[in-house]
Amino acid sequence: MKTLLKTPLNAVHRASGAKMVDFGGWDMPVEYAGVLEEHRAVRQGAGLFDVSHMGEIEVRGPQALELVQYVTVNDAAKLKTGQAQYSALLYQHGGFVDDILVHKVTDDHYFLCVNASNQDKDYEHIRAHNHFDADVENAGDQYAQLAIQGPLATGVVSKLTDADLASIKRYHFVDGAVSGVRARIARTGYTGEDGWEIYIAPDQAERLWNEILEAGREFAIQPCGLGARNTLRMEAAMPLYGHEIDASITPWEAGLDWIVKLDTAKLDKAKRDKGDFLGREALVKQKERGITRKLTGFEMKGRGIARDGYEILANGVQSGWVTSGGPAPALNKNIGMCMLPLHLCEPGSALEVSVRGRAVEAVTVPMPFYKRAR
Amino acid sequence: MYPENYRYTKEHEWVLVEDGTGTIGITDHAQHELGDIVYVEVPKVGTHVEQGKSFAVVESVKAASEIFAPVSGEVIAVNDQLATKPELLNSAPHTDGWIARIKLSVPDEIARLLSAADYQAYLAAE
Repeated sequence: MKTLLKTPLNAVHRASGAKMVDFGGWDMPVEYAGVLEEHRAVRQGAGLFDVSHMGEIEVRGPQALELVQYVTVNDAAKLKTGQAQYSALLYQHGGFVDDILVHKVTDDHYFLCVNASNQDKDYEHIRAHNHFDADVENAGDQYAQLAIQGPLATGVVSKLTDADLASIKRYHFVDGAVSGVRARIARTGYTGEDGWEIYIAPDQAERLWNEILEAGREFAIQPCGLGARNTLRMEAAMPLYGHEIDASITPWEAGLDWIVKLDTAKLDKAKRDKGDFLGREALVKQKERGITRKLTGFEMKGRGIARDGYEILANGVQSGWVTSGGPAPALNKNIGMCMLPLHLCEPGSALEVSVRGRAVEAVTVPMPFYKRAR
Repeated sequence: MYPENYRYTKEHEWVLVEDGTGTIGITDHAQHELGDIVYVEVPKVGTHVEQGKSFAVVESVKAASEIFAPVSGEVIAVNDQLATKPELLNSAPHTDGWIARIKLSVPDEIARLLSAADYQAYLAAE
């Protein structure tokens, strides 16, 4: 039997009776009070997640930016210090290595947050393409990460920090302290709500976890597992590696055109040109040729729940597959994302989902399924 | 917790046999493992089911799980309440959350099932 990896909070999860599962080799809490209750807490109040399994990669040096620009699709030159952006690592052929968050710490230091199960692959990928004067460090074991998410998340965190949270915009961060613990405090998340992702030293994780729960008591903060993390990100139509994106899917097909910057120089001559990057040539070619399939949202009309991997039919003909599917607790619907031929991607297309051999009616709908009130 | 007059399977179903009819459901342990139940696919009345074969599907938020028939026979009733209240499987798994009633075709099959004490011992060892 293989040994599962553990976050610094593993004993805390087990002691508090969380249900644990093997998630990509990590022993992680899938639920505390129940997925529905945790989902509701994040949509209406605040939830606390241990996401210490996520990976971190540090890129430092005089040519840190050049390396980040070469291995990612978004324009990291646009980032100001203290700003983060959603981006992706691609192979030469245009498929995804991973989706990532790029944080600009200083002019010569970029901090990448990557998917847990992809950390080593991502690190090797970046290192293999490091033809620049830059250092790449696989830093996953130097960080624990806690996510506090929901409309009341800022109220919780503000009790524990002197940082002026109100002045930190979405996709920005500061390096400061949370209840005396040195922390990177980022206004990012994977739930479709306002919220914070806090990076700290692993040996401080248990203390901070407990202090956040204590501070959040007046907000009825709820510890949450990966079950709710998945239903929340699905309602917000955020991709999950291995489902919506993988090595066989390109950003155009995943509907992530907005993170790909093929030619920024034309848009803003004052800024440095994003220039060439890994996968660019394949993306340019595919754009010229046109894509034939695209990630599309759907909701079930008939009784039945679409699950990852189920077949999608149109007029009885097999047409695609469900990348992620399940109940959307905040919407009282069963929803999903699927890969479909282009002619079926317009909202309102009639589909059937093959649920255990039974064709259940569904219809394509715009994404995201859920949008928070601002 | 686990009624003495029920019989249980290692797949976490229960059956209550009365006058040649078996009422079937999933155990409290099963509902706890599954988490929030949001959908139950019940068999059609008149269907013949076989011991150990899948006869219903219970879906939690996270996943779909097959439910195996603890006894063979013909489905003579299903719990219609589950169409609108699947959460009965969480709140009352051994009573209001029953799934189907079966007219037993092989009454001797009961002997292969676990008593409440044996099922609890099985859970403790699992």
